[in-house]
Amino acid sequence: MHDHDDHHHHDNHFSDMQARVKALETVLTQKGLIDPAAIDAIVETYETKVGPRNGARVVAKAWSEPDFADWLSRDATAAIASLGYGGRQGEHMRAVFNTAATHNLVVCTLCSCYPWAVLGLPPVWYKAPPYRSRAVIDPRSVLEEFGLTLPQTKKIRVWDSTAELRYIVIPERPEGTEGLDQEALADLVTRDSMIGTGLAKPVGAGR
Amino acid sequence: MNAHEPSNLLAGSPELPKSVEGDPVFAEPWQAEAFAMTVRLHEKGVFSWSEWAEALSRELYQPGRCADGSDYFDCWVAALSRLVTELSITSEAQLDHLTRSWQRAAEATPHGQPILLENDPAL
Repeated sequence: MHDHDDHHHHDNHFSDMQARVKALETVLTQKGLIDPAAIDAIVETYETKVGPRNGARVVAKAWSEPDFADWLSRDATAAIASLGYGGRQGEHMRAVFNTAATHNLVVCTLCSCYPWAVLGLPPVWYKAPPYRSRAVIDPRSVLEEFGLTLPQTKKIRVWDSTAELRYIVIPERPEGTEGLDQEALADLVTRDSMIGTGLAKPVGAGR
Repeated sequence: MNAHEPSNLLAGSPELPKSVEGDPVFAEPWQAEAFAMTVRLHEKGVFSWSEWAEALSRELYQPGRCADGSDYFDCWVAALSRLVTELSITSEAQLDHLTRSWQRAAEATPHGQPILLENDPAL
């Protein structure tokens, strides 16, 4: 990352935020509350290992295995943990299923609670005030801005996440995917489709 | 790329940091560090995730925050600072002191050398 501050060019310069984070790190390390190796490991996990692919596998399995879908609808926390995707924050998960009649949309109006274990880190727009406020008030127009126009007859349910309860949307399985295995199905599941701001991709749309 | 990837006001604010694979994660390393420290403190039982969410929410709803959310991690750092101060792990004064010390250390460190706190000439 470049430092865009070119008013006074020093060899090294810490922005207020950089320095503040270093200060926190210094204090917390001195108190024995954090250690650099653990911090690096967490960053690496969230940057590379966790991501929407975990959630996509959950969705693909639910599409393929009715028993799993049933478990997911009753106890998403346990069903998702069975695939090895556990939440670090000990939060409970709930899976909300899109149907022909209902579309589900997830938001966190309070801050930006997000199912990190299955979706990785939230996109910027999820954290931004316009989405947080408007998704509840006028979900239909928010979805239109995402290029998703739903028929007026389709009901939209908005789920407001909390620190204790996070939601994942199980999108509808696209047409013509009967012959696909779970790996191929997972490729059709986008991050946005699991937040509810998109749909699963049609077959042949590519990655 | 997601065909539905929005290119609109909600998603396309130019001020918002973007990152790997089109999915903005951390715009700068300090954001990742702040995030990871918070996760670690929670793992260690220093605070509950609800306490954290409440602290973060309080900062996000302060007047004068950017409408596009581009100061999200600034809020994050403010919330973390406030929480550890409230928990008497450190004080605001000590954090401010260390912040300035790190800035002096950075300026005093020749290019290419690791920036260490002991490089602060005022120490």
